[in-house]
Amino acid sequence: MRNLIALASGLLFGLGLLAGGMTDPAKVKGFLDLFGGWDPSLAFVMGSAVAVGMVAFAMARRRTRSWTGDRMEVPDDTVIDRRLVGGGVLFGIGWGIAGFCPGPALVAMGGGLASAAIFVIAMVAGMLVHNRLLPAR
Amino acid sequence: MTIAWNDFTPWSALVGGLLIGLAAALYLLGNGRVAGIAGIVAGPLRALRSGTGVALEHTRLLFIGGLLLAPWAWRWFAPLPAASGDVGPLALVAAGLFVGVGVRMANGGTSGHGVCGLGRLSLRSLVNVLAFMGAGGLTVYLLRHVL
Repeated sequence: MRNLIALASGLLFGLGLLAGGMTDPAKVKGFLDLFGGWDPSLAFVMGSAVAVGMVAFAMARRRTRSWTGDRMEVPDDTVIDRRLVGGGVLFGIGWGIAGFCPGPALVAMGGGLASAAIFVIAMVAGMLVHNRLLPAR
Repeated sequence: MTIAWNDFTPWSALVGGLLIGLAAALYLLGNGRVAGIAGIVAGPLRALRSGTGVALEHTRLLFIGGLLLAPWAWRWFAPLPAASGDVGPLALVAAGLFVGVGVRMANGGTSGHGVCGLGRLSLRSLVNVLAFMGAGGLTVYLLRHVL
């Protein structure tokens, strides 16, 4: 059951990214480019996703077990440090260069976009580099 | 600042966000896990390295499988939306490396901190979102209007 839920969640997540335009790097850059012609669409994607997320997390807070009986593993980390900000800055630079973030890149790769596949391979390499250079917190 | 009204697609954006939120809700309430893509990709990588085997990572791999299959499901009903990149392979590699290192450093990105973190009203996630939005905006500004 948990496998089916995972597959369905991934599929639904991917369809949402496609519908919202997140899988198109040109659209993403149009959102990030405040000083060209600004396309605010992606703020709407994030806004409605967060709104649904708020309801879900409010529901999750009242549970100790998931539907499949697993313990609820909601992050409770509140640390704000250089790693959090530095990681965000590095991620933002990469996002701005390519117009891809991890989820949309995987979806676009699944759709056969070669540039997305190159990005994903480099992203996985980046994750491995991180694991080698920086100790787990 | 001028708004590109021709590119603005509020309705499909709202529907897309709704589906993303529902997917995150399903994964959270169903499996008790946060749908952060970076963490979901990192899990099997970590398992591979620590030698515990990817067998334990079935659920994460299936989530990734769902993402990869989404365009195929979409194509049953409609042609895929256009996706056009304007950068060469070297820039893609650099961007991918930045994103891979960055999301692991911060333990999340657009989905983990953006959708899920803001969804649970985490200040930590808000700080990360402001950092990547700011850096992303500045990068596009520099690449498009300065360099």
